[in-house]
Parts: sequence; structure tokens; C-alpha cells
Amino acid sequence: MGLDFSVVPGWLDTILLGGLWTIAITLSAAVLSFVGGILFAVIALYAPWIVRQPFRLFAWLFMGTPLLLQLFLIYFGLIQIGINLPAFVAGVIGLGLHFAVYNSELIQTAIVAVDKGQMEAARTLGLSRSQALRKVVVPQAVRDVIPPIGNNMIALLKDSALVSVIGVGELTLSAQLAIGRTYRPFEFYLVAAVCYYIINLGMEAVLRRIERRTALSR
Amino acid sequence: MTDPQHFVEIRHAQKSYGKFEVLKDISLTVERGQIVAIIGPSGSGKSTLLRAINDLDPLTGGEIWLDGVQVNKKLPHRQYEKHINAMRQHVGMVFQHFNLFPHLTVRENVTMAPKLLKGISEDEANKLAEEQLNHVGMIERIDYYPSQLSGGQKQRVAIARALAMRPKLMLFDEATSALDPELVEEVNQVMKTLAEEHMTMIIVTHEMDFAASVCDRVLFMDQGVVVEEGPPEKVFRNPDQERTREFLRKHLEGAK
Repeated sequence: MGLDFSVVPGWLDTILLGGLWTIAITLSAAVLSFVGGILFAVIALYAPWIVRQPFRLFAWLFMGTPLLLQLFLIYFGLIQIGINLPAFVAGVIGLGLHFAVYNSELIQTAIVAVDKGQMEAARTLGLSRSQALRKVVVPQAVRDVIPPIGNNMIALLKDSALVSVIGVGELTLSAQLAIGRTYRPFEFYLVAAVCYYIINLGMEAVLRRIERRTALSR
Repeated sequence: MTDPQHFVEIRHAQKSYGKFEVLKDISLTVERGQIVAIIGPSGSGKSTLLRAINDLDPLTGGEIWLDGVQVNKKLPHRQYEKHINAMRQHVGMVFQHFNLFPHLTVRENVTMAPKLLKGISEDEANKLAEEQLNHVGMIERIDYYPSQLSGGQKQRVAIARALAMRPKLMLFDEATSALDPELVEEVNQVMKTLAEEHMTMIIVTHEMDFAASVCDRVLFMDQGVVVEEGPPEKVFRNPDQERTREFLRKHLEGAK
């Protein structure tokens, strides 16, 4: 029994649709993880103790437990307390918050590393501390961590396969669907792998562009 | 305490870090339009004094008054923040290491604070940027990023950024110390222009020639006290204090 790719074209629609869902969930979760990462970093560094401590527990929960478990908690667990999220939304929240915590660690380090003179210059002009953070310190910190955040986003793309277990019809689940009907796991997993690789290349190209465009502002 | 009689009044300024006293009971007045240079060896407290004027390094004792308002008055935290942010809009500051915002263009560096704090329109902001950058001879570089400028150019933009808030007082903290020697003159020229326009300035500097040529008054500080103070001709040519003489002699040797 050799490889037989002749069954693939008949399932191309399904696979491509799955690819689109993977892109949609990755982009949505990436935006959430980016905005959340900035917000979490500012909370971790500057919020009053009463906010910071519960937040640390929350961050630890997301860094110290498996992403798969977090997805189960958000999708199945929340139903018990009356929150019934669509699978896609649960997937975006799970992936987004998980990577937001990782992004936040990067951004925190970068905020602390921004030259003290930047805050001083902004304050000297009359900006308040929060204005100086918003306009001067945080934008520089974020710019400085675009490459490692990019790495996190590639990891996010790959981990998006996990949302197949809560029933989001993305690439991996589409491949499984095709395999279920055709009994051709090798062919369809290979096709899915190629699709992931292509999306990956696209993301890397976008990231390189962003890096180039911010090069002057260093 | 009586009401202030002078444009800038520093009364019994005192600052200590733990047991170490950086400023010991310093009093100083500056009139509107005057230019005062502060010279002295490193560690003498001259930068600390300058940074106390806009509360970057808050004093531990004494008062600072600007144009009839006390800068470091005692207020509850939130009110104080509001008060100090408003005060700082009137005091421009130029740093040794420029501290331009690298993520913003020259234009944005100049317009960011006026747009944010004075709510001026995009048009007004652009006009303001052009006016201020013309003033310091940097209009050609208006859409450059700081990373594309030389040190002297950066410092001129930093001066334009401070002037865009239309300050009553300008503070210069060793504005030319980090520059290559051939770039010092262009920054000095800008400062001279400001002097001709009667901007009130307090200048911490190592450049005695420059201080002598533009300043109305020179303060020599050492170990947290003002050792000697007077017109530049007096302090540089014929100082009363032995410590001043020694400092100037060492400085001249270093310059050779």
C-alpha cells in the first residue's frame, strides 16, 4: 500500500476552508495576545498591589498549565457557570490569553530596559506619568520586542491546531475529517503540514516587513 | 516667608541621599532674561540643583519659586502631580544625552507635547514645528528620525522640542558635553541666539569660554555649596576663593 494523492483534490475545498479558519483564529488570537500583552505588562509593572497580586496568579495559571487544559476550561468548564461560548470564540480567548501572558513577559522586560532619560524628557515637557508611558515608553518597548513577539506568533499558529479538540473546523480538524472518510492519514496530514508551512511563510514575510519598517525608528 | 521678589528664587535648597548631603543650603535668584552659568567639578551638585528646579530630583528641604509660584509646594499626591505637570510646561530642559524620542520623527518630537497638552490642531502643530525647527536650523530634517542625525543636530532638535512648549525658563544640563568637539559650536550658536532673544536660562556647563561669552552671572559650586558667584569677568579672571582658582587652573590644564 503506497501513497496515493489522487484522493486529495476531492477534499481540497474542505482543507482550504480549514486553512482559512486557521488563519482567522490565528489572526484574531494574535491581535488579542498583542493588545492583552501590552495591557498585562502595564498592569504587572504599574498597577497597585491589590490588582497586581490577583493578576500574578492569573498569569501563573496561564504559563504553568497546558494550553489544552485551558481550552477545555474555557470551552467546557465555563458552561457550568452559565457561560456558553461558541468554539471559535473560546479558541480565540484561550490562545489569545495564553500568548498574551508570554508577550507580556517580553514587553515588561523591554519597558524596564527603555532608557530612563526617555521618561525624564517626557515628564520635563509636562506629560503625566501615564501619558509618558503611553506615548513614549511603551511604544519603544513594543518596537524593541517585535522580533521575539513574532516568534510567539509563529508558535501561536502552530498551537492553533489544539482548538480542533473543541470542534473548531480548522486545518487539523479538516484533515482529520478527510482521513475519517478516506483512511488516508499520511496523505492528508502531509497536505495539512504543507498548508501550515505556507501560512507560516506568509506570517514571516509580514513580520520581516514590520521589522524593516520600524528599523529607522530605533 | 515673604513673597518672591525675583523671577526664579531658590531658597535654602537642601538635598540628601541618606546621610550624604548633595546640596547644602543653596540660595539663588535669577531675573527675567538673565543667563546664569553653573560651573564646578563633577559631583559638586550642579546638575542636581538644576534638576531640582523642575522637580526631576525633588529637594529634601527648601523652596523653589518660578514667576511667583512655588514649584515644590506641599500638596496631596494627586494635586501635586497636576501642579508639577503644569509647572513643567513652563520650564524647558535640555539634556546631555539629548533624550530625543527615537520612535518619532523630528516633527513629531517637536509637536507631541503641544498637541497632547495644549490641544492644538494638526495645522497649528505643523506650523509650530516649522517655526521652531527653522529657529534651530533643522527645518531640512523635519521628517527624519533621530537615528539619522548627528549629535549636534539631535541637540538642536531637542532644544526646538523644549521651545515648542513656549517655556519661560530654559535649563541646560551639560548640553554640549556628549558632543564631538566639532559639533559643539552649532549648539552654542543656537544657545547664543536664545540669549539674544532674552530667554531666561540656567546653564550647567564645562565650557568656560562659552559661559564667559553669553552669561550674565557665573556660579562656582563645589561639594554642594556655592563657593563663588559673580559676573563672568570677575569669577573667571579674578576669583576671590582659592577653590575657584584651583578649579579653573585644573580646567585650563585639562583643556590644553
